Amino acid sequence: MRRVVITGMGLVTPLGVGVQTNWDRLIKGQSGIRTIQGFDVSDLPCRIAGQVPRGDGSDGTLNLDLFIPPKEQKKMDDFIMFAIAAADEAIKDSGWKPSNDEEFERTGVSVGSGIGGLPGIYETSLVLAEKGPRRVSPFFIPSCLINLASGHISINHGYKGPNHAVVTACSTGAHSIGDAARMIALDDADVMVAGGAEGACSRLGIAGFAAARALSTSFNDTPEQGSRPYDKARDGFVMGEGAGVVVLEELEHAKKRGAKIYAEVVGYGLSGDAYHITSPSEDGNGGFRSMRMAMKRAGLNPGDVDYINAHGTSTPLGDLIELGAVKRLFGNDLAGASMSSTKSAIGHLLGAAGAVEAIYSVLSIRDQVVPPTLNLDNPDDGTEGADLVPKVAKERKVRAALSNSFGFGGTNASLVFKALS
Amino acid sequence: MSDVAERVKKIVVEHLGVEEAKVTDTASFIDDLGADSLDTVELVMAFEEEFGIEIPDDAAEKILTVKDAIDFISSKQG
Repeated sequence: MRRVVITGMGLVTPLGVGVQTNWDRLIKGQSGIRTIQGFDVSDLPCRIAGQVPRGDGSDGTLNLDLFIPPKEQKKMDDFIMFAIAAADEAIKDSGWKPSNDEEFERTGVSVGSGIGGLPGIYETSLVLAEKGPRRVSPFFIPSCLINLASGHISINHGYKGPNHAVVTACSTGAHSIGDAARMIALDDADVMVAGGAEGACSRLGIAGFAAARALSTSFNDTPEQGSRPYDKARDGFVMGEGAGVVVLEELEHAKKRGAKIYAEVVGYGLSGDAYHITSPSEDGNGGFRSMRMAMKRAGLNPGDVDYINAHGTSTPLGDLIELGAVKRLFGNDLAGASMSSTKSAIGHLLGAAGAVEAIYSVLSIRDQVVPPTLNLDNPDDGTEGADLVPKVAKERKVRAALSNSFGFGGTNASLVFKALS
Repeated sequence: MSDVAERVKKIVVEHLGVEEAKVTDTASFIDDLGADSLDTVELVMAFEEEFGIEIPDDAAEKILTVKDAIDFISSKQG
């Protein structure tokens, strides 16, 4: 099979816009979790989230006018705009500019989302109820459809290759990158713009996840402490929003044009729990098999992996189940690895999480430093024997990194990245 | 310029994001002002909201230029 490398990356997260801004803040131990802005939260049990900082575009703030003409913005929900901004950065970063029909046709897009345009669905349903069907915007459907993130990126840049959109809840970002890498490996494309986007921070989104008892509710007065994976006081995840997009490219194609190569996508594993709609299977077997498949594809042993970017959402059940699966797979080799959850800094970006965390994993290889797990004051029972990188980033050797994503419905995805050899 | 014409032109400028000078009476929404089929649906909705009238689909299909809109709305308000 053809080899696939990463040649461009773009981020829009609660820590800001831009890969380097994100990474600097993440490594410094900063948090992007705040009291929710923009809608009424007074009657919601969870009043904190990781929202993308808005502003004039300076200091890592998101100024949508720099990416999308104002007239076009009303035609797309938040997740699409986050995806467009992250894709712009990734594409610029890669330096890839198709120049003939064949090159445009060999460049595709695979940017998914877990939920899609929830804020717009909520707002439009109010319009329908209050004013009737004649007031429903003709842009409502294309503004909320999940594959319209890929659609807009394709239209904006003229990419005519595979146009795909994964929807696997919180595994979306990882599946998007994994599936896109396969398309390149199988010679369906030479370049794929791949990732995940989410913009579900709305009254309906918070109310829905809160009703499922998935959100943190004890830290409304101290938002930055709300996301605390593996800590004894954790009580649910904190919702985040944003997008992560990478440019994947066939190795020889990248070399030929002298592209900068961040890392190789060496492993991808997928599995299903066949257990419950929202709870992970308690034996962690789904996550275990997903990781094992990714490691097998990568041709690596656990001792070759130095960093694990955990799914680690800060829920009481999920964190320890994942850690149990990691311990089962790594055995004694876990002693040589570090594992952290960057959701402690940005919250859970749902469909964007896997893509954002893939980028953080790649950066850990580039800079030989692993990001911290914030708020890990009192590691829970059962975390012994794992270096969870509490509170402070750690410089260390990182040859290969494994990133996990697990979603509602029992859908699991694992990616393995390695420095190019 | 009549009050209706002024309000119509303001809506067109806002919704299509075009310069005011381009919104002449004879300008076609699609051919001259860059609208697509969904934009024209939204424009008609905006006219309905602004003027408190209903524009049936068969009438909306015939509103192709700024003048068509002004004339139709003026006749309804007449």
